[in-house]
Amino acid sequence: MIEIKKLHKSFGGRKVLDGVDLQIPEGRTLVIIGRSGCGKSVLLKHIIGLLKPDSGGVFVDGVDISRLKEEELERVRRSIEMVFQSGALFDSLTVGENVGFRYLEHGGMEKSALKERVRESLALVGLYSIEGMLPSELSGGMKKRVAVARAICTRPRIILYDEPTTGVDPITADSINRLMRSLHDKLKVTSIVVTHDMKSAYSVADRIAMLYEGRIIAEGTPAEIQHSVDPVVQQFINGLSTGPITDTSSVHSGAK
Amino acid sequence: MLRNKLSKIGAKVLAMLFFFGGLAILSGRAVRWTFLAPLKRGRVLEQARKAGVDSLPIVALISLFIGVIFTFQIAYLMQRLGSEMYIATIVALSLVRELGPVITALIVAGRVGAAITAEIGSMQVTEQIDALQTLSVSPIRYLVVPRLIALALMLPLLTLYADIIGIFGGYLICVYKLGISSTIYTKMTFDALLFKDLFTGLGKTIVFGMVIALVSCYEGFNVQGGSEGVGRATMKAVVTSFILIIATDCFSTALFYFIFP
Repeated sequence: MIEIKKLHKSFGGRKVLDGVDLQIPEGRTLVIIGRSGCGKSVLLKHIIGLLKPDSGGVFVDGVDISRLKEEELERVRRSIEMVFQSGALFDSLTVGENVGFRYLEHGGMEKSALKERVRESLALVGLYSIEGMLPSELSGGMKKRVAVARAICTRPRIILYDEPTTGVDPITADSINRLMRSLHDKLKVTSIVVTHDMKSAYSVADRIAMLYEGRIIAEGTPAEIQHSVDPVVQQFINGLSTGPITDTSSVHSGAK
Repeated sequence: MLRNKLSKIGAKVLAMLFFFGGLAILSGRAVRWTFLAPLKRGRVLEQARKAGVDSLPIVALISLFIGVIFTFQIAYLMQRLGSEMYIATIVALSLVRELGPVITALIVAGRVGAAITAEIGSMQVTEQIDALQTLSVSPIRYLVVPRLIALALMLPLLTLYADIIGIFGGYLICVYKLGISSTIYTKMTFDALLFKDLFTGLGKTIVFGMVIALVSCYEGFNVQGGSEGVGRATMKAVVTSFILIIATDCFSTALFYFIFP
């Protein structure tokens, strides 16, 4: 269970998160939607402890990770993995070394068992016999898949995805959506997906939350979000260039 | 107008304090991780190869030129004073005590330091540093410690190599151009050099190596603004390393002058 309580974060006087409250039950997939630059990735980085909030907290199984020291945080992070927007694969390492990175650094698995785990993880994302390749030899879609394989190699309880379908073609995007759904079904992980791709959101979400002006302005099942009466939500999910988001004179009512 | 100028000066002073504060924190953490975690020997050797072995050709070339140029300049003065036989002494002492260490450090700062900043900066831009943290690996242990140890070990060795090549450059000019005998040049060189000359010359390069590693890593971690930011940080790392090497050299030369008069 992940709980985010009254999370506030500013950068250089600019409020990015202004009292975010969210709950993600065990084994569910929450998709956070919102415009580019609205603070979705910042929120995700708080959940894994890469950023510290100005106030408020992020509770993972009841423990406020924003108050933990680095060593304690590293222990919590062993059950959380993150798939970065760019993949963030280590350029100087092979695909196999990238996928098994955590075990190579911290130990805990025999060499032959790790080789098998790496192979299994790559197979789960539909990639075979590429362990010896370098990230620079992979396409954008393959890099994202390898990044997912790295995330699932340790069989984490929680996976955070930052814009998993951004920058890939629609067919690859669909295969990544299917992959996230199948991983959720097979490994029973709790997932938080940050995206502005509504097709992806409807495809993978148990629940969808919309972040706007630093707050969660709407939360519900994909059907509830689709039928939301909030004009801000409607403008965003329908991808309209005119409406309350782009009309600076209007003030959002904050209605759910 | 005055207020504007004062606020600009204030901003620069603040930026400088921020830089030295950040560098001090990074240094403290790097030293802590060096002794705290088991050392990954392979990673240190890889960095030692990149910083040391791969720098041998450029260090040899520049040192040879410096040896030749310096010998010509000294010969010009010594011939006027009728003291040609002391050319070898001056060349050896100047190279071992000062020119060798500083020139080698500047070469390494330009060649290796720039590469470190560009590499870590690119990792920062592409979220690889964040990825390291999410995988419970300290970027300081993984990236800074091997580079710090490799540079602190390799710079003295490179300097020793540069000293030998530089003295050889002087030998070529003295023996084949100025007609000084090979035996006299060699004798004057070895007679002039004391252990303390070698010790002070090589000792300070350990500090230079650490300065290059820490400044380059610090600038890499603080890259902002994509590839343009990487370029800016790389330039800043090289310029700052140059200044700090010369400043450290000035301080250590003064210190050694009083310790080993």
